[in-house]
Amino acid sequence: MNAPVLRTSMRGAIEIYDVVKVFEVRGVCVPAVDHCSFSIRAGEICMIVGPSGCGKTTLLNAIAGFHGIDSGSITLDGTLLCGPSQLVAPTGSDRIVVFQNGALFPWKTNLDNVAFGPIVQKKLSKKEAHEKGSQLLAQAGLSGYEHKYPGELSSGLQRRVEIVRALMNDPAVLLLDEPYRALDALSKSVMHEALLEIYYRTGVTIFFITHDLEEAIFLGHRVVVMTSRPCRPKESFTIDIPHPRRYEVLTSRRFRELAAEISAAVNEEAMKSFTLGEREG
Amino acid sequence: MPDASPGPNKFPRDGVAAEIRAIQSRAPGSSEDCGGTAARKKPSFLSLRLYYFGRWLRSPKPHLMLLGYASLLAFWYLSVEVLRLPRFAEMPGPTAVIHEWLSPSPTFGVSIHTPVYYQHILISLQRVLISFALATALGVPTGLLLGWSKTFKDYAFPIFEMLRPIPILAWVPLAIIMLPGSELPVLFLTFLASFFATALNTKLGVTSIDPTLVLAAKCLGASPLQVFRHVIVPGALPYVFTGLQISIGVAWFSLVAAEMVSGQFGLGYLINTSYTMVQYPTIIIAMVTLGAVGFVSSVAVRLIGNWLMDWRGRQLSLDNRR
Repeated sequence: MNAPVLRTSMRGAIEIYDVVKVFEVRGVCVPAVDHCSFSIRAGEICMIVGPSGCGKTTLLNAIAGFHGIDSGSITLDGTLLCGPSQLVAPTGSDRIVVFQNGALFPWKTNLDNVAFGPIVQKKLSKKEAHEKGSQLLAQAGLSGYEHKYPGELSSGLQRRVEIVRALMNDPAVLLLDEPYRALDALSKSVMHEALLEIYYRTGVTIFFITHDLEEAIFLGHRVVVMTSRPCRPKESFTIDIPHPRRYEVLTSRRFRELAAEISAAVNEEAMKSFTLGEREG
Repeated sequence: MPDASPGPNKFPRDGVAAEIRAIQSRAPGSSEDCGGTAARKKPSFLSLRLYYFGRWLRSPKPHLMLLGYASLLAFWYLSVEVLRLPRFAEMPGPTAVIHEWLSPSPTFGVSIHTPVYYQHILISLQRVLISFALATALGVPTGLLLGWSKTFKDYAFPIFEMLRPIPILAWVPLAIIMLPGSELPVLFLTFLASFFATALNTKLGVTSIDPTLVLAAKCLGASPLQVFRHVIVPGALPYVFTGLQISIGVAWFSLVAAEMVSGQFGLGYLINTSYTMVQYPTIIIAMVTLGAVGFVSSVAVRLIGNWLMDWRGRQLSLDNRR
C-alpha cells in the first residue's frame, strides 16, 4: 500500500479458512458459503463485490458473531473467532457492523447513540463518553447535531453518525454491509471521501460489502469478487491507485482500466445468479 | 454542514422572504436570524403545545368541529322536540336535558349543582384510575416478557389468547362469586380488559422492533439486560402507548358494564338506576359526562406518551404527519 496512510494500529487481520455455511430453506439445504478461504491484512480496505443474495452478508454475519458457521474457521489477529470448537463467534466491540439501513437508536440523541458503546461496556463514565463523543462528532463534521435525534438527520448524516459510533469503541475492524446503498449519488461521493478521511486518521481495517463497482474501486486496496451462490472468492484485484485518493481518481485512465477488468468478472457471476434465480423462482 | 439555509436576502422575492420570516417568528423555537440549526434553541414542551394550539385555532378545524356538534344537536332537537317522531316519544329532548343539567334544584336530583353528581364522577374516576394503574403495572411487564422471552411466550401466550376474547360481561358472574364485596368485582372487571389491551400491544411493540437494532446493541457490547433496558423498552414504547390509549377507553367501557351489574355509585350505576326509576334526562347527563371524562383521560394518556417520546414527535413532524 502506498504511502501516507497514518496507521495508529496494526490490528484487524482476518483469516477466513475453508468456511462452509448451509441454510435450510423450506426443508431444502441451500449452501450460502462454500469452502471459502481468503485473508484480509491489518489496515486494509477490502471490498467484497458479488451478485445480490450470494452469501456475502452471511460471511459478514459470521465474522460479527450474529450466526454460526458449519465448518472451517475465522480468526482475527490470530485469535480464533469461530471454528470447529466454537461455531458461533462471540459478538464484541472489536468488530462493529454498520448496517445497510442504519441502526442508530431513534430514541437516543446522536450523542447518546455515539456514547452508547463505551458506557454499556463501562469503559468510560457517561461524562467521559460524552466528551469523547462530541470530539469525534466534531471531527466528522457533525458538531451541532449532538442533541438532535437521528430521525432529524438526512440518511447520509445518519450513516456518518453510525460510523462515529463504531469508532468510539476503537474497533479492530469495521464491517460495512452496503451502508451507502440507499443514498443518492451525490451524498454517496461525499460519504466516500468522509470514510477515507476517517480511514487515513485511524487505519482501521475495513470489510466492505457493495454492489457498486465504482465504490469498490474508489475505496478499496483490494476488490474481492465473489461467485454467485454458494459464495466463494472468484478473483481478487489489487487496486494500485495510490492513497490518499480524491474524487478526481474516478476519471483517471487507470480507474477505467480496472473497472473494465473487474466488471468482466462481476458480470459473469451476475449472469449466473440471474439464470439461477430464474430457475429457483 | 450545519448551515445550509440561505440568508433572507437570497430569496428572489422579498415578499416570500418576509412571509417565511413571519411564519418562523411565530414558531416558538426560532431565533431572530432563523439561520443554522445549531443556533435554534429547543422550545419548551408547554410553549410548543401552546403554539400547536394557536395554529389549530387559526385552521378551519375548530369551525368544522363546532359545525359537527351543532348538526348532532340539531338532529336530536328536530327529531325529538320538533318532529316528535313516535319512536322517540320517551326520549328527552336537548332542552329538557340541558335544563335538568344546569338546574339548581333538578327534578331527578342530579345536576351540576348537586354534590351527588360529582360523587358519581369521582367514584367512577377513582375506579378507572386504580384499575388502569394496576393494568399498566402488570400489563406492560407481561407484554415485554411475552415479546422478549420465547420460553415465556410459548408457556403463557396460548392461555392469554384463550382468555382474551372472552367478553368482559361474561366475567361478571365469576367476578361476583370469586371476589368479596361489591367494589372488588367492579375493579377486577375494569382491570381485566385494560390488562389484555396493554399486554398485547406491548408484546406487539417488542416484536415490531427492528432486529438490527438488537444486533447493533450487541455489537457495541451491551449485555442482554442492557439490550432490554436500552433497546426493547424504548423500542416498544410507541406501541405501549397505543395500548394504553385503547386500555383507558376499554377501562371506561368495562367500568360502566360492571357498575350496571354491581356497585352502589358511579356513572354506570347512575345510568342503570335512572333507567329503572324512569329518570330519562339523568341517563343522558351521565352518558355525556362519561364521554367527556373518557375523552379527557384519553388525551392525558396521549400527552404523557408524546412527552416521553419526544424523539418520535420530532420525527413525525418532520414527515409532516403531525
